[in-house]
Amino acid sequence: MSDCSRKCGNNAVLRRPKTGDKLCKECFFDAFENEVHFTITEAKLFKPGSTVAVAASGGKDSTVLAYVLKQLNRRFKYDLKFMLLSIDEGITGYRDDSLETVKQNRDDYEMPLKILSYKDLYGWTMDEIVSEIGRKNNCTFCGVFRRQALDRGANLLKVDYLATGHNADDIAETVLMNILRGDLARLSRCTSIITDSGDGIPRVKPLKYAYEKEIVMYAYFKKLVYFSTECVFSPNAYRGHARVLLKDLEKIDPSIIMNIIHSGESLKVNKTSKMPSLQNCVRCGYVSSQDICKACILLEGLNSGRPKLGIGKSSKVKKSIENKDDKVCCGGAGQCNTDKTLI
Amino acid sequence: MAKLPITLQFNGGAELLFDNKKLHNVELISEHREWTIGKLLIWIKENLLKERPELFLQDESVRPGILVLVNDVDWELMDTVNYKIQPSDRIVFISTLHGG
Repeated sequence: MSDCSRKCGNNAVLRRPKTGDKLCKECFFDAFENEVHFTITEAKLFKPGSTVAVAASGGKDSTVLAYVLKQLNRRFKYDLKFMLLSIDEGITGYRDDSLETVKQNRDDYEMPLKILSYKDLYGWTMDEIVSEIGRKNNCTFCGVFRRQALDRGANLLKVDYLATGHNADDIAETVLMNILRGDLARLSRCTSIITDSGDGIPRVKPLKYAYEKEIVMYAYFKKLVYFSTECVFSPNAYRGHARVLLKDLEKIDPSIIMNIIHSGESLKVNKTSKMPSLQNCVRCGYVSSQDICKACILLEGLNSGRPKLGIGKSSKVKKSIENKDDKVCCGGAGQCNTDKTLI
Repeated sequence: MAKLPITLQFNGGAELLFDNKKLHNVELISEHREWTIGKLLIWIKENLLKERPELFLQDESVRPGILVLVNDVDWELMDTVNYKIQPSDRIVFISTLHGG
């Protein structure tokens, strides 16, 4: 048995990855909550009197986020109101249990809950999309649609902020992924604690500096109910190569996670680099780096029986949509450059 | 041969690799040598693990991202794989790798 590093006289129950401190249960709760509070106040995340939608999946991160926000709001008088916002992708057997968990969160934390489904928002469930596209590219649809579903939900609920449960490991993983992909635009904004989707509702990440290990330990020792699941369509998809790399690095030295975030925050993109400018989608009005946003392109593909439209390079799609109006095809003689499979 | 009764628990999605069963009361047969968690991991692989062992084990330890607690204490404070298992120990494995 080790003694708590804070010399409170209790036995330590865990070693903090961030500091190496050995802490007892109570000192750990105190340290964890105070650090989230520090993150919130340091970045001036919330204005008093605001309403915050917590993006709730029923998983560990969003459950801990909702619980801690409720505690801190009471303790430090943030004067905030909270709501839970959940997205139902329409995957049989996947969301059912997690939505039950979210309902439990609603009752436990006394926060109103809004569930939005892909079917309501886009006219398609993921089950239906998978039957069109197969299991190879379905994650593209799910990811793009979920991101926008949260935006739309926040708009619908007329909240002032949308808080997501992204933790330090998630952010470090995203930094790595954007480096590996050479995606400078995302690399330069992925570490921001507040981002704007162009609709005036800031997205905030209060758990940005909280290690995944500590979030899970916090939930375990607090006996918080959360649901862990594995997508039925892509078991294992949750493990990208970047995540595996990150977890292996963490084993060597846990501070690597914080170092990667710090590096991402300090990076300055060279002025001569070509960066896409953000604009609004001409169809749905949501923020996009192209004339038509990815969600609208994917939807167009689904609704016109060309589900592969929007998988792959956006320049190719642009060409395809333009060509549709230009009628430059030779009519099947094989002499034009029009990619008919895309039209 | 003396018996070593312990409780194993798989949480956070780790139970998906064990027939979705979270709680396992097991009895290890202690021969002459002591049981360490390292030895237990091999035993789990041979006796309990139902599928995809690479999602649970890596390099003679648990896969990075799986947390281990012995009687509700982080195994990093208990010498990890070298911890000597005692009768009635409760060992919990929590995956942090699964999504919400």
